[in-house]
Amino acid sequence: MMLYLRLFYEFFKAGLFAIGGGMATLPFLYDISDKTGWYTYGQLADMVAISESTPGPLGVNMATYVGFTCGGVPGSVVATLGLITPSIIIILIVAGFLNAFKDSSYVKAAFYGLRPASTALIAAAGFSVVLLVLFGDTSEGIRLGNVSASCIILMVVLWFFTARCKKTKDLHPAIFIVASAVIGVVFRFAGV
Amino acid sequence: MGKLVDLFFTFARIGGLTFGGGYAMLPMIQREVVEKRGWATENEVMDYYAIGQCTPGIIAVNTATFIGQKTAGIAGGIAATVGVAFPSLIIICLIAAFIQNFSDLAVVQNAFAGIRICVCVLIFNTVIKLWKKAVVDLPTVIIFLLVLLGAVFTSLSPIVFVVFAGVAGVLLKNKEVQKS
Repeated sequence: MMLYLRLFYEFFKAGLFAIGGGMATLPFLYDISDKTGWYTYGQLADMVAISESTPGPLGVNMATYVGFTCGGVPGSVVATLGLITPSIIIILIVAGFLNAFKDSSYVKAAFYGLRPASTALIAAAGFSVVLLVLFGDTSEGIRLGNVSASCIILMVVLWFFTARCKKTKDLHPAIFIVASAVIGVVFRFAGV
Repeated sequence: MGKLVDLFFTFARIGGLTFGGGYAMLPMIQREVVEKRGWATENEVMDYYAIGQCTPGIIAVNTATFIGQKTAGIAGGIAATVGVAFPSLIIICLIAAFIQNFSDLAVVQNAFAGIRICVCVLIFNTVIKLWKKAVVDLPTVIIFLLVLLGAVFTSLSPIVFVVFAGVAGVLLKNKEVQKS
């Protein structure tokens, strides 16, 4: 019982203080490892790798995995609930304020500025995925030689079918994701 | 009650189809929430996303809570948030319990190399759609470019950009109000 209370508390803290994408919870996961010894840094690295290669938001996946490692299925439920509880409370409060002030000219003006910024932040996140896809690991600089032709071809073909071709562009995005996974496996896109 | 069930399953579907961070969720939100169900407009999704960047908690969860709350109040916020986390629980528990070295499997690596390319293209399409709604005049073009360059070339927290853009919006609009 103590284990589950502690798991909830630790992930509640991560949910309360981590701001931004799922990777923002990573320092908290290291901290939990330091303080409790529930798992090693090596295990954590594996858990992050698997969280990145399974569906679902990264932060939730990592919480679920760490929770499972520490306390089985109940542990994973408790850790995930711990992570999302602060969000639910805070966003419900913020949403209440937003509803109350949504007709204020200040709020409208702030959103006029926020929307292009929000779009730019999404574009920047997309840009980092594009770099990863095209060049692989760029920590030691960009090497043009790493670009594979098959990757660029798939990118252009997908763009045509998702944005240009009238017959296919309204298909569910999941269809394209599944198709890309199959193409990746058939043509060995990771080279293994 | 029907709406809560609908919220739960819609967000479970969105969670199960998200590969990567919260931004990878946007193409799915656009399709399931904006286009198919009309629970929120593109502008609202952008607003939630901007606020979700600078309030505590991970963006994916924050955005789900916002849309759920808007659609069906507090219970809706909870239903959508639990829904978005639900597939992770099932999938990760199964993998953790049964598959060793999951991320080392060749089939997983190859599939994800393909999926990542698709995620790039889907995000690109989403950015184009959002751009048409958000970037409406010269000041918004400038805000877009400044934040994009800042986010790509500096390691500043997104909070800095969100606060800057909000303040810039108020100052720019204030001037317009005074002029007219």
